[in-house]
Amino acid sequence: MSILDRHKPIERHVTLLLVLSFLVVSIGGLVQIVPLFYLENTIEKVAGVRPYSPLELTGRDIYIRAGCYVCHSQMIRPMRDEVERYGHYSLAAESMYDHPFQWGSKRTGPDLARVGERYSDNWHVDHLTDPQSVVPESVMPKYGFLLNQMIDGTYVEELMATHRMVGVPYTDEMLQNARLDFAAQEDPNLDYTGLQERYSGAQSRNFDGQPGISEMDALIAYLQILGTMVDFSTFTPDANR
Amino acid sequence: MSRRPAQKPPEVGTTGHQWDGIEELNNPLPRWWLWTFYACIAFALVYSVLYPAWPMISRATPGLLGYSTRGAVAAEIQAFADANAPIRAQLVAADLSEIADKPKLNEYATNVGASVFRTWCAQCHGSGAAGVQAAGYPNLLDDDWLWGGDIASIHTTITNGIRNTTGSDARYSEMPKFGEILTGDEIAQLVQYVRSISGQSNDAVLAASGAALFADNCVACHGEAGLGNRDLGAPNLTDAIWLYGGDVTALTHTITYARFGVMPNWSPRLSEADIRSVAVYVHGLGGGE
Repeated sequence: MSILDRHKPIERHVTLLLVLSFLVVSIGGLVQIVPLFYLENTIEKVAGVRPYSPLELTGRDIYIRAGCYVCHSQMIRPMRDEVERYGHYSLAAESMYDHPFQWGSKRTGPDLARVGERYSDNWHVDHLTDPQSVVPESVMPKYGFLLNQMIDGTYVEELMATHRMVGVPYTDEMLQNARLDFAAQEDPNLDYTGLQERYSGAQSRNFDGQPGISEMDALIAYLQILGTMVDFSTFTPDANR
Repeated sequence: MSRRPAQKPPEVGTTGHQWDGIEELNNPLPRWWLWTFYACIAFALVYSVLYPAWPMISRATPGLLGYSTRGAVAAEIQAFADANAPIRAQLVAADLSEIADKPKLNEYATNVGASVFRTWCAQCHGSGAAGVQAAGYPNLLDDDWLWGGDIASIHTTITNGIRNTTGSDARYSEMPKFGEILTGDEIAQLVQYVRSISGQSNDAVLAASGAALFADNCVACHGEAGLGNRDLGAPNLTDAIWLYGGDVTALTHTITYARFGVMPNWSPRLSEADIRSVAVYVHGLGGGE
């Protein structure tokens, strides 16, 4: 009983109790969290995943600003019904450059992890402008105002620099060319080659069909890249991961 | 329950704690609770041996059962693939035009096709396949086909898509933006001419001058009589079916800015058996040729 008797000083000293409780809880947390940073199956590298281009990253910010994540998840779980409906289950590596990730926890609308290249740009414009015009049973609000919000990427370099601070490997060259690439993705007549060199496979076209770069362009550029970076015809899942 | 003064059963004793005269009884935990607690500990230990659990240097312990989430989902998908394998092999091997004559195969393909359609196609073409009127999403129920309505053409369209940038064999054609070629007056004349050949009310004078413009600019794709050309995806302009609308406003917009409908190529996403199933389903909706 001698050890049990010694908890008396702890119970009688509120600060000591607090400090020691914190220590105990920390150990529990660390044991659960720390391995995620070094275990191979949680940091699996997959070919094809690249940082978002400036326009896509801007679109991602619009996605977050509009609260799309409240109704749409971006996480196809490894279950047959989800794989049949949405495509290959999501890999951790596919959101390695997402800060914060957009996995979500609620699906009022469908999962968007692989929505890229699934619909035409026109469909996205029609659907975002008036969702019920193409999907009558939809409860999604209208986002037509995005067509009128013109953007020029004034702060996109700073945005990318911020993402670099949290670990996205944007190079100095990428930062310097941020605004050029921002414009080139909406207009392939600009520096298309440079855009492709820096962001392999970036789709470059006038996404919203109207002149100038609108928030609609950025959002659709982001939606059209979702889930398309990994070539699953050559990807072999390691069953242990 | 009436309040009773605290009684101290002599056999239990106290923990020795005393706070302002209040003493803590040293009652044992209920036995059922204690044994459940021990059972949970035992379960956790056994579980952590059987299933992936303890983090080691580069990976977690794999567990004696060799379970993995990826393996489980792959096995479940494989089980259904195996169950469907014989009939799907038949479906892929069959001549497209002969599927309709084989009742069992046709029934299977139609049902699979219907569910694939609702998952992947309904967002544009509508859950009933009627498209979206005057918005550029074709109705698949009628007899009007842009790229051909026989089952082989439908199959090609689904496999490769239309005007997409993701498939190398996508069907492709591009109408010029006549706003960059013709004047506004000329476009107005063309609009009236197109309305005249489609049997809609029109300004006969403007339509007459539009006929020459049509012959100079439009017949290469839409044909001399405006009947269209399925090799180019050029629509028939003489019927009452309009992909983007047949009123003056819509026609003026179409001629001025042109249209560029895009359909994804489904070959990377859907298996050949699934694509054939959708083709059979769409072909069987009523408009199939």
